[in-house]
Amino acid sequence: MTTGRTGGAAQEPLVSAVGFLCMAALVWWLARNTLDNLDRQGIALGFGFLGRPAGFALDDTLLAFEPAHSYARAILAGLLNTVAVAVLGCVLAGVLGFLLGALRLSDNPIVEALVRAYVELMRNTPLLLQLLFWSAVIHALPPVRAAAEPLPGVFLSNRGLVLPYPVPGAAPLWAGGLLLVLLLAGRRVLPARLVTPARLLAAAGFAAALALAPPEWRVPRLKGFNFVGGATVSPEFTALLAGLVLHHAAGVSEIVRGAVLGVPAGQWEAAQALGLTRARTLHLVVLPQALRAMVPLLASTALNLTKGSSLAVAIGFPDVVSVLGTIGSQTGQEIEVMALLAGLFLALNLATSSALNAYNARLLRRGER
Amino acid sequence: MTAVRLAHLGGGRAWLRRCVGTPLNAALTAAALGLLALALPPLLRWAVLDAVWSGPPSACRGAAGACWAFIAAKLRFILVGLYPPAAAWRAVAAAGLLGGLVLLSAHPRLWRPWLLGAWAAGLAATLWLLGGGGGLEPVASRLWGGLPLTLLLTAGGLVAGFPLGVALALARRSRRRTPRLLATVVIETVRGLPLIVILYVASLVFPLMLPGGISVDKLLRAGAGMTLFAAAYIAEAVRAALQAVPRGQAEAALSLGLRPTLVLLLVVLPQGLKMAIPSLVTIAIGFFQDTSLVAVIGVFDLLNTTRAATLDSEWLGFHDEAYSFVAAVYFVVCAAASHYGLWLERRLNPERRR
Repeated sequence: MTTGRTGGAAQEPLVSAVGFLCMAALVWWLARNTLDNLDRQGIALGFGFLGRPAGFALDDTLLAFEPAHSYARAILAGLLNTVAVAVLGCVLAGVLGFLLGALRLSDNPIVEALVRAYVELMRNTPLLLQLLFWSAVIHALPPVRAAAEPLPGVFLSNRGLVLPYPVPGAAPLWAGGLLLVLLLAGRRVLPARLVTPARLLAAAGFAAALALAPPEWRVPRLKGFNFVGGATVSPEFTALLAGLVLHHAAGVSEIVRGAVLGVPAGQWEAAQALGLTRARTLHLVVLPQALRAMVPLLASTALNLTKGSSLAVAIGFPDVVSVLGTIGSQTGQEIEVMALLAGLFLALNLATSSALNAYNARLLRRGER
Repeated sequence: MTAVRLAHLGGGRAWLRRCVGTPLNAALTAAALGLLALALPPLLRWAVLDAVWSGPPSACRGAAGACWAFIAAKLRFILVGLYPPAAAWRAVAAAGLLGGLVLLSAHPRLWRPWLLGAWAAGLAATLWLLGGGGGLEPVASRLWGGLPLTLLLTAGGLVAGFPLGVALALARRSRRRTPRLLATVVIETVRGLPLIVILYVASLVFPLMLPGGISVDKLLRAGAGMTLFAAAYIAEAVRAALQAVPRGQAEAALSLGLRPTLVLLLVVLPQGLKMAIPSLVTIAIGFFQDTSLVAVIGVFDLLNTTRAATLDSEWLGFHDEAYSFVAAVYFVVCAAASHYGLWLERRLNPERRR
């Protein structure tokens, strides 16, 4: 804060004014050029084009999309695809990453070395290369008739992934609601103890409801040239999700490992001295502290994963970036398209960082930091 | 860490106990060994035993293993892309020159002012070798590709991004509101956007902002986008390091009567930049990998030439071989660089060694 001051106090307003004028001139010049260029190309600035029919087809969207639909709907379809990849990716990468982190922390040297090799491989090769690899692997899978069945009812072929999916009975729905209510009633996402009676009760209720009214599974089977029943995940979506999850799980595992190792050894020793078992020390003392250290890093991994999903354009999956890119080159409204993209990602970043700040503020208020 | 590792190198029994000491560990060991037994033999058979090392495409068609003959046949294309074959030595020399510069800069003992001159001269020589002129046959930049292009984008982006990043970091710490606000907006916008969007803006929106008739080379636009991207991340690393410089340093220098500019240049920046080095190495490794994204705007870097090589109609479908090869290239460079980063961190902060 003591830096950056060059002139005396009398010069300062002058320097500021000159700097401001230079900036304004630059902006005016760029804007002027842009308007001239757009004028020459016969493109009108504005978002009016969003209502016009898109004229292109999008495969593989959650929201049905046809060429007659508007550009706005195309963007919405792309956005939904991005959200689907990001949410599924974050959850799966988180679960896999925690698992790998736990394995990495085990004192078993063989397991530790294996996980370390995996993490090194993921971190030292470009994400785009990994996505291209998975995309090539999935497209080179056997055709539908010779589909691989890694798990009963799960089929992998060059048409993508086909999964059985459950149609829940009424009871699990209610139990799910109960679970949510109890969790919300707890109000604390990361309490001092991860396993609380309320959560145990909710989990037990959910399990009982599942047992009483088991969901009906829609199992895919081969009929003619394709699968019927079951949910189909396209090759592109499978490749993108697999690539993002496998890549970022390595990062999450490092975060988990770092956070647990970062808990001072005295905490372990004190808990052991109080007579707590290793498992209870981990659960009651170490993990709650480690989780707090992890939260900001996990949030930034989630943002990175979301940003990384834009690599979908390289493997032909219509995420929001590739849809907007297509629209931009088709209509010439590049500026509006880029403004939309920038607004979208900046809003996402802002939302994440304010959520993190709120979380930090709450920790501070409770004096846990 | 090292001490612990040495301890169990000494005792094979202790090591064994850690593998099978408890039922859980025994199960984990069994699972890990089972996984290796399942994965390694087929991999070894594919990559080495059943592999085809040379010959025409027909030699690979029936083979069960990898077709390394494909890599051998396409090696020139993968490494230098569409660069004219007669002048390929220039592309190889450019890549060698950049690689040599990186190696030369590795040891802190060589961090002297002449090294900056060496980099400037080296980058200029690289551009001359690739582009021609002055006695060499000119080669259009759209024909540049492969490893020299990846290295050029990495080195150029980092070298140009570093001063810009330092300037952004200083502006963000400035007492004046306007520079602080501007720097914050630039840094946070660039860091918040996916690199692809920045490359789109650089390649599609930026040309719109220039006066009609002026067109900027596509490669240069990609380079500008990459530079801005590098600068934003470098700025945050430098800012964090500057914050870690004790306040007393600047205060002491001021009380000695140094002008604020000199305090910054002679006292705060040297200490801050030294502290930023480990995170700058991490940024450089990530940036080297991120240059692969220029493929999206049609620039043929190493990864894109590899992908294009798999589309050759004569050698169609050898993705696994191509991607394994290029993964090995990236892996060797990045793993070496990250080990170098750890070494450097220990060397620069011997007092913090654990």
